[in-house]
Amino acid sequence: MGLEPAGGVGENMRIAVASGKGGTGKTTVSTSLALCAPGPVQYLDCDVEEPNGHIFLNPEFSVAEHCEVTIPRIVEAKCTYCGKCRDICRFRAITMFGKTIMSFPELCHSCRGCFLVCEDEAIAEDKREIGLLEAGQAGEINFVHGRTRVGEAMSVPLIKAVKKKAWKDGLVILDAPPGTSCPFVETVNDVDFVLLVTEPTPFGLHDLKLAVEVLLNFKKPCGVLVNRADLGDDRVDTWCRESGIPILLKIPFERGIAEGYAKGRNLVESQPDLRKPLENLLREICS
Amino acid sequence: MKEIVVLSGKGGTGKTTMLGSLAFLAENKIIADCDVDAADLHLLLAPRPGSENKFVSGVKARVIEDQCSGCGTCDLCQFEAVTLAETATIDSLACEGCGVCAYFCPEDAIVLDENHCGTWFISDTDYGPLVHAQLFAGEENSGKLVSFVKSKARELAEETGAGLILVDGAPGIGCPVIASLSNTDIILAITEPTQSGWHDLERVLDLADHFKVQAFVCLNKWDLNPEMATEIKHSCQDREVEFLGEIPFDPAVVSCQINGIPVVGNDDEGSAALAIRGIWNKLKNRL
Ligand code: SF4
Ligand code: SF4
Repeated sequence: MGLEPAGGVGENMRIAVASGKGGTGKTTVSTSLALCAPGPVQYLDCDVEEPNGHIFLNPEFSVAEHCEVTIPRIVEAKCTYCGKCRDICRFRAITMFGKTIMSFPELCHSCRGCFLVCEDEAIAEDKREIGLLEAGQAGEINFVHGRTRVGEAMSVPLIKAVKKKAWKDGLVILDAPPGTSCPFVETVNDVDFVLLVTEPTPFGLHDLKLAVEVLLNFKKPCGVLVNRADLGDDRVDTWCRESGIPILLKIPFERGIAEGYAKGRNLVESQPDLRKPLENLLREICS
Repeated sequence: MKEIVVLSGKGGTGKTTMLGSLAFLAENKIIADCDVDAADLHLLLAPRPGSENKFVSGVKARVIEDQCSGCGTCDLCQFEAVTLAETATIDSLACEGCGVCAYFCPEDAIVLDENHCGTWFISDTDYGPLVHAQLFAGEENSGKLVSFVKSKARELAEETGAGLILVDGAPGIGCPVIASLSNTDIILAITEPTQSGWHDLERVLDLADHFKVQAFVCLNKWDLNPEMATEIKHSCQDREVEFLGEIPFDPAVVSCQINGIPVVGNDDEGSAALAIRGIWNKLKNRL
């Protein structure tokens, strides 16, 4: 499908840009890093609840795929009301009272338990759409993102679908969802490096600590980028030093960056002198 | 009893700052932090240690090695949590707790352990009782923990005769946010005048429509992009969503955060505090 890099050799590297706390500049940083890549690069927006990377990269999409999960449809004509499907489902997605059996697709986690346990072929496969995946090009950058349907609680299958598009070789940059729960873990679990974007405030530090805790749990190398570095105090610095987490770059607050960001311009556009430091950052991570 | 949930879609737009101030301004209320993935409200409200409790939800599968014959039946796991070698092993981060492997294991070699996945607290603050929680890093039951925190807040409100519950929601529009909307009267959406902020606000308002909850909008740091601020106001008008006010960029907000106090209610209230008071005066008349 033309998603592999055109024979170019980039560094073989998957870098996730994450933040714990939202709104620290994760998306501007990740899109700018993609723009500063020396060779072919792929950008995956895994923040599927609120994908914003496209605002900064303006991709042209050539692929649109509906992301679906498998759910049961009960074929009442064949059902003997044995109740096995209800009993195996730990998510209470199937209920039965007397000879009424019902499934609740929103609660289904697609574990296939009910399919496997039904001996009467009374459970057929149905699909439920949870979101849309789109892929295309943003200049030199291969771009993929997912967008959950509004009202959809399940995002992990869509993140998995986005990640399935990841290049096997070359440089891949992933924009991770905020927080530290399952969508975040799903995004970072198999990357080579996580760049944590934070700001020097108590909220920033608190959420940074949580993110670092998860990453250390599964021994994932990580480093920190401090954004709006002069708008706060030095507790992030101190904590990083004491915990042995490297601070790789600091970006000061500039009204120009904030105003550019507001208009959907990323860091390197609003502040061209950030290109060198970002290129160096990328090189340092890849080395 | 009324309930207000503060949401933002995009993280870092001032949701917690807003809620901290509402906690100061509103009377006779219970405060609930439903951003269980990265709970920050306690950093502003300085809770005194109160009750601390375990949150247990769902299960995780574990293989009893001595009993496992390595037959591979459990490979039917849909979540890629099972690795087969001599014996099977289960990656607890990937395990969704569906129990299907345990059900079908011919050797009864898989047990399902209760999953202790977070901690919840009821604490006292200068602004009223606070129900808050922290999901352990990398856990997946954020929606359930949110529902739990909300039910505790409700109980507490009934016990104490509080007329209002103030809820700090999670970023995004997924599982924890959806959980925070049940039984809610009002969503206060706070965003900033940026492309991303606007994009995410639209998704929050779509969500409000989807669940038929009345929403109000306010803008933070509006003066970083006055034109877009105006556009956002117009788009609210077009959607018939009431716009409650705009908060200017005010360095005092960061310094209050650093000192761990709400923006309103301190000695030198600045322009942001004034604006927040105005928003609250309108909002309380809509209750
Ligand atoms: S697939 Fe699993 S979660 Fe879905 S209804 Fe069947 S048993 Fe329940
Ligand atoms: S409980 Fe379900 S998700 Fe967990 S390992 Fe077993 S089959 Fe996989």
